[in-house]
Amino acid sequence: MGHSPTAVVGLAMTALVAGVAALAGRIAPDYPFTVSTPDALRPPSARHLLGTDQLGRDLFTNVVQGAHTSMRIVAGVVVISSVVGIMAGCVSGFRGGLVDDVVMRVVETVQSVPRFFVAVLVTGWFGAGARTMTVLLGLTSWPVLARVVRAETLSLREREFVTAARTMGASDLRIVARHIVPNVAPTALVMAAVTGSRVVLLEAGLAFLGLGDPNLASWGALINNAQPYLARAWWMSVFPGAAMAISVLGMNLLADGLTDVFGPSAGGASLGGRSAPAD
Amino acid sequence: MLWAVNRRYVVRRLLQVVPTVLGIVTLSFALVHLTPGDPAREFAGEGADQAQIDAARSYLGLDRPVPEQFTTYLRHLLHGDLGTSYAQRMPVTEVIGIRLSATLLLTGTALVVSTVAGVGFGVLAARRPLRWLDNAVSTASLLVYSLPAFWLAQLAIMALALKVHLFPAGGMTDAREAYTGLAAARDIAHHLALPALVLALSETALVVRVTRAGLLQQAGQEYVRSARAKGLPQEQAVARHALPNALLPVLTIVGSRVGYLVSGAVLVESVFGWPGLGKALVDAAQAGDHPVILGMVLLVSATVVTANLATDMACAWIDPRIAAR
Repeated sequence: MGHSPTAVVGLAMTALVAGVAALAGRIAPDYPFTVSTPDALRPPSARHLLGTDQLGRDLFTNVVQGAHTSMRIVAGVVVISSVVGIMAGCVSGFRGGLVDDVVMRVVETVQSVPRFFVAVLVTGWFGAGARTMTVLLGLTSWPVLARVVRAETLSLREREFVTAARTMGASDLRIVARHIVPNVAPTALVMAAVTGSRVVLLEAGLAFLGLGDPNLASWGALINNAQPYLARAWWMSVFPGAAMAISVLGMNLLADGLTDVFGPSAGGASLGGRSAPAD
Repeated sequence: MLWAVNRRYVVRRLLQVVPTVLGIVTLSFALVHLTPGDPAREFAGEGADQAQIDAARSYLGLDRPVPEQFTTYLRHLLHGDLGTSYAQRMPVTEVIGIRLSATLLLTGTALVVSTVAGVGFGVLAARRPLRWLDNAVSTASLLVYSLPAFWLAQLAIMALALKVHLFPAGGMTDAREAYTGLAAARDIAHHLALPALVLALSETALVVRVTRAGLLQQAGQEYVRSARAKGLPQEQAVARHALPNALLPVLTIVGSRVGYLVSGAVLVESVFGWPGLGKALVDAAQAGDHPVILGMVLLVSATVVTANLATDMACAWIDPRIAAR
């Protein structure tokens, strides 16, 4: 980590956002949707650090609690997609043959389907909720990780330490769990950061279209709300957007820095990797 | 150009598409038929009585066994029939068709702009690695890549449309004038500039990074050194020998960028009031018009699959070693 200032800066920014998200209830404990019409469209001041919207709702409270919403979904999606992606990649690469073919076709299918549009469809059925969105994005965000893990597993399974383990009678499950998974962990970490940054944008994008969880503060919804007031209240758009940009930039820097730290083998997953999914 | 590509590779690659397409179609069928909600009830509209709902059910073929529904669905798809919009009572293909050209114009422009600008800046950055210009371009591209396009769109409107009246703040044409001919094209171009630039920006950043990385990797190869050794100036060695090879990864990401661009376009369109698929998607989402949304899912999926296929063919044509592998 010490070798890469990029990773340090990225980690600091990500930690800042995650910290604000974790402590959102302490930093801005008020209900985010309290209407106070006399305070409508106030610019940033000591009382309203980031100003207010057209209904006098405090923007600071909303931006802070928006971090909580965003990071909660990011955390859930990263866990789901990491588990599915690592499992699919390991099985595919380790077994090879027909299993590999089937898994790779599933990967291609999931990658070709635009997540964003499917999310619109699914929120229409199940209602817009943070949990639905987490599961949906989790189940559609794993293919890139699976591809990279598969490629690494393919080369790892020919290595001597795997052959040695097999000679000693280790089962396939043990070899994958003890020898393959630890070796793909750096890649999974880089991918987690990449996925996290995409999820921030997807969550905000859906909320921007009015498909976010209506009971939770969301950066995307704030930006949507700012749209008619661009000429009069710049703060309504600038602050939520900046919060979003800090989160995404932090995670992108972290992914880049970790790639430097772990070496290029983990980097295939980073920006510009082949076959990024269709959002 | 296909005849020049290894035939076995073409066949293998085409065969790979079949299960993917089947997977997409099955998934979309499952999305309609295995999810909560009753399409017949939705189709019949609010306040419909049981008889009307039953009529809708038999009209939509929902009273048939599921396997039969699936084959019917496939047959309709093969005929280019994506079903009927609940909200607008017309074929989904028409609903999408009306909006498609505006989105194609926007995404197509953004694709061209981002590719040209991305390769240009990437070459500039790679000329002197880790010097100030490279650092500036690399930092800027990472920063830009991290800005959400729909927020960038609002910033652009605030700065360039509302403060300095350089561009119109939204729409596709000037509603107050009825231009014809060249003036109409100029009017559209004037409205197109800002959304297309905003949409192209983050894609440009991606292309910059890929071009730069590819060039730096190629510049260290022996064939570039040979070219230099036989007396070719650095600039020419890069332009003639390294660049074509470095552009291969740029080409490979085109397929995936099409997907990104379309979903990015949905958001940018709704900020700028651009009358494209994004508008149709938002309308359909609000009206619960699932066949239209599903039609778009299929359309975008098919575009991504085709773009990936075309990209792979182009790559194999440029670099035959890919097909020989």
